[in-house]
Amino acid sequence: MTDVESAVADAHRREWARVLAATVRVTRDLDLAEECVQEAYAAALRQWAQAGLPDNPAAWLTTTARRRAVDAIRREQTARARLPLLITSELLAASEPSESCTAAEHPDALALIFTCCHPALSQDAQTALTLRLVCGVATADIARSFLVSEATMAARITRAKKKIATARIPYRVPGPAELPGRLRSVLAVIHLLFTAGHTAPSGPALLRADLVDQAMALAELLSELMPADTEVRGLHALLLVTDARRAARLDGNGRLVRLGDQDRSRWDMTALARAHDLIVGCLRAGPPGRYVLQAAIASLYTQDPTDWTQLLTLYDRLLALWPSPVVALNRTVPLAMVAGPAAALTEVGRLEQDSRLAGYQYLPAIKADLLARLGRTAEAADACRLAFTLAANEAERAFLADQIADYTQLSWQPDQPEQPEQPDP
Amino acid sequence: MAQYAVLLYPRDSADPARDAADTAAHQRHSDELVASGALVGAFALTPRDMATSISGDTITDGPFLDAKEVVAGFYVIEAADLDAALAIAQRCPAVHNGGVEVRPVAGSLTPGMTTTGSGTGASSAGGSGPGGSGAGGSGTPQR
Repeated sequence: MTDVESAVADAHRREWARVLAATVRVTRDLDLAEECVQEAYAAALRQWAQAGLPDNPAAWLTTTARRRAVDAIRREQTARARLPLLITSELLAASEPSESCTAAEHPDALALIFTCCHPALSQDAQTALTLRLVCGVATADIARSFLVSEATMAARITRAKKKIATARIPYRVPGPAELPGRLRSVLAVIHLLFTAGHTAPSGPALLRADLVDQAMALAELLSELMPADTEVRGLHALLLVTDARRAARLDGNGRLVRLGDQDRSRWDMTALARAHDLIVGCLRAGPPGRYVLQAAIASLYTQDPTDWTQLLTLYDRLLALWPSPVVALNRTVPLAMVAGPAAALTEVGRLEQDSRLAGYQYLPAIKADLLARLGRTAEAADACRLAFTLAANEAERAFLADQIADYTQLSWQPDQPEQPEQPDP
Repeated sequence: MAQYAVLLYPRDSADPARDAADTAAHQRHSDELVASGALVGAFALTPRDMATSISGDTITDGPFLDAKEVVAGFYVIEAADLDAALAIAQRCPAVHNGGVEVRPVAGSLTPGMTTTGSGTGASSAGGSGPGGSGAGGSGTPQR
């Protein structure tokens, strides 16, 4: 890759959302804005090679894209039947972004994110639109990430854009009254992208690095745009902690490695330290929200020795805030360490009655581990077999197959308690 | 401005015990709608037993969809955008007992009045151009 190519790629990764958002302000039409921004990036490849890199690539791209947009609007004022124009707030429409605006004073990019994640769109549509418009990922690549055909993904994105225009989903940052609810759906989309990439729901690979990277970039961007919000920073920290273990989660043969058995020298210590600072800052700022607690839990799991009592306390607080059966299930892991595997097994038995966890592969997986610790290895093998039939990811299935073999051979060492990998605290 | 239909799906519209309190709550909501100037029109419907459905040549008794919740009524409002319409609909009492559905109106026809269309394609009806934000009322649907 030449210097110019890597500069353009860099600007694509870091500035796409801001350039597109500023261009939408001119076009008030998502499709036209996309075209103009794409042309601006293509022009950058040519012109930066001749004239050298501009001092401020983002400003150069924004100016170029907006100029093209103005030309296009003049040219086809009456030419094509377009969707109704986006509803923008006058306040923002009036303010011309300055040539060197920082993220914090750039509300357009935030408006773009909130529009893409509007709850009037399905979550499938929200994630697809966010990848396409905020991250600038090509439709074909989004389709590959979600294992659907390009035509299906293109249709999904077109339908979502049509609903934005027709139902008049406004292009703006929601007001204070709506903000908490709307921010929840933005954070949910970023978290979902990350989770889908971190443990691919199906298929041969455990990780989809592209999705993880996009989710990380989004969390980073949102942290820059809303630095005061602790849940935004909490989600960013959660992703940092989880992703810091990326290199150590699989062994040389692509097999899943338990958290306790992972080679800690392969963890990204810089990311862990950064996450730790974020978490401490959030905890000091006031009562922690869901993502801050999840980040704190994930961070505690990476510490050696693990403070199981504090983990249990954090899970109790998380459960009070977010009464999800998955959280209650994950809470049984520290519970087993604090109160013993028998107490944890009783709790898992209670959760087995919850229909929302029916078919959830991690329940029998955790149950198998607890049974094995109690020396009930035959039952453990049965539970493991159930987990195996429920798991769709090949790396996870291989891991469970090994466990079944172990339990069946009664090769359990009771004095070496192990912790299962935490999929989603 | 655009028009949105709010369809009401209360959970137990047939329960007479709820009627008095319910009616008062709905009355307050409709007073609000009228006072705000957002209301275009509102219609309350009789219970499901009164419904008759037609499909092709067949006429049957009852609502068209065999669901527990049926449309008990609907009203049409004018709002600047979906968020504004949702904010109004969220104040409807049916939200806490069943739910409501908000749908953009694609067009309307009232005998004796000019037809309005605020749907897709009609670039002049949906809103004003990039510069003027509805000044002069040229983009406002007729009332």
